[in-house]
Amino acid sequence: MGQSVNYLGLIPLFPLLGAVLIGLLHVFFSTKVKFSEKFYGILACVGPVLSFILTLKVFIALKALPPASRYLSHKAFTWFSVGDLHIDMGFLADPLSCLMLLFVTLIGTLIHVYSIGYMGGDKNYGKFFAYMNLFLGSMLVLVLGDSPVVMFVGWEGVGLCSYLLISFYSEDTSNVLAGNKAFIVNRIGDLGFVLGMAFLFWGIGASGFDFLSLKANVGNLTPAVALAVCLLLFVGATGKSAQIPLYVWLPDAMAGPTPVSALIHAATMVTAGVYMVARFSFIYSTVELAGNIVAWAGILTALLAAIFGMFQDDIKKVLAYSTVSQLGYMFAGVGVAAYSAGIFHVFTHAFFKALLFLGAGSVIYALHHQQNIWKMGGLKAKMPKTYLTMMIGAFALAGCPPFSGFFSKDEILYSALATGHYGIWMVGVLVAGMTAYYTFRMIFVVFHGTPRDQEAFDHAHESPSVMTVPLIILAVGALFAGFLNLPAIFGGGQMVTHWLAPSLSEHHPHASLFLEILAIGASVAAFAIGIKIAYSKFGQGAPEPEFKGFAEFAYHKFYVDELYHAIIVQPYKAIGSIIWKTLEPNVTDSPVKAASKLYMAIGTAFKIFQVGYVRIYAIYMILGLSLMSLFLSQSLN
Amino acid sequence: MIHNYLFLSIILFCLGIVGVISRRNVFTVFMSIELMLNAANLAFVAFSRIHQSMDGHVLAMMVMAVAAAEAALALAVVILLHKHKSKLDTNVFSLLKG
Repeated sequence: MGQSVNYLGLIPLFPLLGAVLIGLLHVFFSTKVKFSEKFYGILACVGPVLSFILTLKVFIALKALPPASRYLSHKAFTWFSVGDLHIDMGFLADPLSCLMLLFVTLIGTLIHVYSIGYMGGDKNYGKFFAYMNLFLGSMLVLVLGDSPVVMFVGWEGVGLCSYLLISFYSEDTSNVLAGNKAFIVNRIGDLGFVLGMAFLFWGIGASGFDFLSLKANVGNLTPAVALAVCLLLFVGATGKSAQIPLYVWLPDAMAGPTPVSALIHAATMVTAGVYMVARFSFIYSTVELAGNIVAWAGILTALLAAIFGMFQDDIKKVLAYSTVSQLGYMFAGVGVAAYSAGIFHVFTHAFFKALLFLGAGSVIYALHHQQNIWKMGGLKAKMPKTYLTMMIGAFALAGCPPFSGFFSKDEILYSALATGHYGIWMVGVLVAGMTAYYTFRMIFVVFHGTPRDQEAFDHAHESPSVMTVPLIILAVGALFAGFLNLPAIFGGGQMVTHWLAPSLSEHHPHASLFLEILAIGASVAAFAIGIKIAYSKFGQGAPEPEFKGFAEFAYHKFYVDELYHAIIVQPYKAIGSIIWKTLEPNVTDSPVKAASKLYMAIGTAFKIFQVGYVRIYAIYMILGLSLMSLFLSQSLN
Repeated sequence: MIHNYLFLSIILFCLGIVGVISRRNVFTVFMSIELMLNAANLAFVAFSRIHQSMDGHVLAMMVMAVAAAEAALALAVVILLHKHKSKLDTNVFSLLKG
């Protein structure tokens, strides 16, 4: 059976302690003593680095165990215990959470290092790193939590930190609004998560509410309850992982500093939803309908986001929509019960998306916070390292063999095909082509052609090595991560799939050589067509296009934000103002006001006894004492 | 015979009460309170005699000690009051009037 190891709790504890320490230093000393930025930066990197080292230790320990009992656990303390509900603050490391831990801590560390350079000169330097550490710590709690409740703690923690970091540049109202939007949209999803947990507890929670007990008792769940649990949990996942209908917050989240975007998109936050579905795979695999809904919601999100991505002019928005789109693939993967393929895409995506965001940050940094791609161009010559690394990231994102994105995406599409979900497969191939198109549209416009803004171009420079070294490390990951799960057709051993197998309730469809070749051929063809169109349109440098007709419609994101505003926000505001203006003063306020009037009247009546002369008070005292003595003497007899 | 001490104690106590209620000078009020304390002391001692025990004496001693402490405090308060209004009339100090 699994072992109990006490260092498991330390993994999330290090970044959390770092957050507290940096936060206190920033709050109490930033006005008096000026700590150097280097001091904060190094302090901030200590926690993630220690977590990463411990994660390696966990990985080695897990590897030494036989596959069937590969898990480590640690119960820090009993959190609360009410009736049948016993919740321990417990941590569980199994192959699934270990894989998540590995890339979350590695990429988190790299982003922290990169931030030292990117945030240089910011007046809230300490605050930034406190939030970053808190963010990472929350994500580690989410990943390591051994019950849905502990997972929810981390779930809320990353929601809070995303809010704090998205509205980090709080001088600008639009940034604050973007933070609010992220928080509120996530809140809607969280309600789904909480209700899902409640249903789950109602169903099978009485005999233990940690993942291992739930997995053992999942057979006792009635199909209706299982479906409700799956759908409600998926609502939570759509909020956190930006799927239809709650994807609207993620593109706006670009308001935060670029390292934050990288952290949100790659290592923490948005991967949480996919992780959660994989974590609950023992329920999802029993309810086929829920899986289909998840898969279709995912692939439609992928399509929608790809359409939006083709028409954006902000470099970070292009990447944001690409994330939404790739998350759609992941959900399509977990929806067709290919959990390991979905998680593997999370894993490879973390590398190339962190790489692309940090590369975009490097470009933005070089151009003094210019984000419009139509103001860039020809940067290849000025920023060779950024160009090369971003090129690798783009190839990985677009799914070009043999970059990492190809293998993971192909695995998902193949699984869809092999399980008979042909519609999902076809949409997926279409989206793959669109992905290649918009990714290389961005690359060509930014790095190729001639400079569109000569003055900005002249001032552009390659970023310092504290920023380029993380890029290079991530580029290596984006290049080679795919080989970890090389499918059998290329002579690989599918190491990740085998590693994850004990954690997931997955049945592998019977392998068919024809389908595999079909899936690979279609993916490669889609990639080739996409990049060819992008090259013919933007390869030699193109002027900023006019958006007309459908393009304008897509540029404005199909007016979904406006639609939500009209059908959800406005009615809520109207209801609120009705309650505020009519219901509250007339109905709910009157008993409260009447009560206060009653006490006023009583007070006025008793006021006459308060004459203010000490002699009169003495009389009251004597009267009182006399009455008391009388009463006592009566009762004594 | 010994009951007469109790009667004297009651008379002294009532004199104290009347003094506290009727007089307006702070010092007179204070002295009336002392009178009440001593009336109680007298009662304690008398009861002690009746019951043939030392308990009443102990209490009487304690009341004296407390009264001494209280006198120190009260005189300080009186000085402050005088500083405040330059008068020692209790009716002047009526801030608590409702």
